[in-house]
Amino acid sequence: MVTTSVSVEQLERTARKLRRHIVKMLAIAGSGHPGGSLSAIDILTALFFGNVMRYDPKNPRWVERDRFILSKGHAVPALYAVLAEAGFIPEDWLWQLRKIDTPMQGHPSVKDIPAVEASTGSLGQGLSIGLGMALAARLDDKPYRVYVMIGDGESEEGQVWEAAMAASHFRVGNLTAILDYNRYQLDGAIGEIMSIEPVVAKWEAFGWAVREIDGHNMKQILEALHWAKEPREQPSIIIAHTVKGKGVSFMENNNEFHGKAPTQAELEQALAELAD
Amino acid sequence: MARPLGEATREAYGKALAELGRENPNIVVLDGDLSKSTMTKYFAQEFPDRFFNVGIAEANMVGMAAGLAASGKIAFASSFACFVMCKAFDQMRLAVAYSGNNVKIVGTHGGISIGEDGVSQMGHEDIGLALSLPGFVVLVPADGAETREAVRAAAEHVGPVYIRVGRPKAPVVYENGCPHFRIGKAITLRDGDDVTLIANGLMVAAALDAAETLAQQGISARVLDMHTVRPLDEEAVEKAARETGAIVVAEEHLLYTGLASQVAMAVAKRYPVPMRFVGLYDYAESGAPDALMRKYGLTAEDIAREAVELVHMRQEAVV
Ligand SMILES: Cc1ncc(C[n+]2csc(CCOP(=O)(O)OP(=O)(O)O)c2C)c(N)n1
Repeated sequence: MVTTSVSVEQLERTARKLRRHIVKMLAIAGSGHPGGSLSAIDILTALFFGNVMRYDPKNPRWVERDRFILSKGHAVPALYAVLAEAGFIPEDWLWQLRKIDTPMQGHPSVKDIPAVEASTGSLGQGLSIGLGMALAARLDDKPYRVYVMIGDGESEEGQVWEAAMAASHFRVGNLTAILDYNRYQLDGAIGEIMSIEPVVAKWEAFGWAVREIDGHNMKQILEALHWAKEPREQPSIIIAHTVKGKGVSFMENNNEFHGKAPTQAELEQALAELAD
Repeated sequence: MARPLGEATREAYGKALAELGRENPNIVVLDGDLSKSTMTKYFAQEFPDRFFNVGIAEANMVGMAAGLAASGKIAFASSFACFVMCKAFDQMRLAVAYSGNNVKIVGTHGGISIGEDGVSQMGHEDIGLALSLPGFVVLVPADGAETREAVRAAAEHVGPVYIRVGRPKAPVVYENGCPHFRIGKAITLRDGDDVTLIANGLMVAAALDAAETLAQQGISARVLDMHTVRPLDEEAVEKAARETGAIVVAEEHLLYTGLASQVAMAVAKRYPVPMRFVGLYDYAESGAPDALMRKYGLTAEDIAREAVELVHMRQEAVV
């Protein structure tokens, strides 16, 4: 279990290291999704290393652990990087991403890695699964909380809103969604493909407690995650404004890198930019 | 022996759609935030007014396609095979199949040859789902040229059609186009009398390669390109059963519900002979497409091995 206190600077350093891992594992794999992994990694770093979630890498299925579901499963490099840093999987597994005969599936798979809480990759499913887990905690009188990260493009799936409606109906206070609002989906800018605005008003109308933050400001992320833990009888969502490809200049807001791995030369430039 | 690679069938689909768009103003296209992958982008570029990108919302997409079709449009709706078939199945059932709306569903990235993205993006059961919808014509073309014909035929056919295409470049089967393509009519690519290999999609090229290997061992194999899974060409199946006495079916799909099951039903009904099946029994995993095809037994060698065993089995039975 993680109990020591960490500074914002330490977390920022960790996030930078995990960004290096992300670009490196994608370059080695030769395919995958850098943009949405880099936009999400600051939030995942805060969740796992900022004294937010309770977990035990030696016992990944510990019943009282907090759960994290990466509903936008294509950002799995970010999840793998965090799981390695937390000690759930060996770091050298990262370089096996997407290779045959390894547990490192191209999207999260519960069958392959015990610390993965839900198989995702078909967008739109994670929040419902998280809601089911949150309800089970209540039934079993367990203290755990469930966090689900969803994409902005993913929010176009009707199932997301079905889950949103159900979560407030069932008054689950132990469910927190995090929207990685990087303003791009696969085909282009979300405002041009299918706008989800006004997104704050939507979640409020669905009965959720809503907080908006800069999803790369570590202090704001931590504050929001602690705000989410305050006791209440409604689910909570953190709308995190992020930058797709954050941290690598040529990937930032460049949607070509939604689903394209960096070349060797691009990797070197990215690693230089992300150096400690 | 390996055939030259031609264009991906999804690429041929996108281009055929743009061509059709030029000829027929009634054609409309829908996509769910994958137009750069399904290749409907070609149509979108030329005919932005007749193209609807609905975002990541497949059920809504198919419902909208049904409405457009009910109002006289020929609606093509595309996404990855798994997403469009699985997520919009209820819409396909009631608004398309039961209602008989003129909707063409084209699922791209079918099969495990999509590779590294893994199970969540693979169409393992899309053909089975399409087959479970009465009234749906189900087409699985083998290469670019055949895809072009399939897309045209689908547009001309009045009623629901499902076309499954793939992600990787496809080996060329039809070097000079595919002019004899007819919905519901198998194409005999090679004649033979010891065994028949029936395949569709990428497995057609594998079956042709298998037939060459078999020829070297003195086994004469017939090869049928069964691009239409429904309506199945039962005459061609019966003829193959009668004339060759043994059938191997090969498909890049779960064997429970695809081409193999359909052919087996026809064989059982019309002229029972021993059969073997090359396909999937379980979900696959991430990996390079070629490595996956090997690991999950979808190669020319796998087809040839099954054919050899069938032929030997029959010879022993005769002795
Ligand atoms: C149901 C479904 N439809 C389509 C896809 C293909 N797909 C993968 S990522 C993506 C775009 C996701 O956009 P967003 O949720 O905003 O993620 P991000 O921009 O953070 O990467 C799409 C359409 C999918 N994985 N699942």
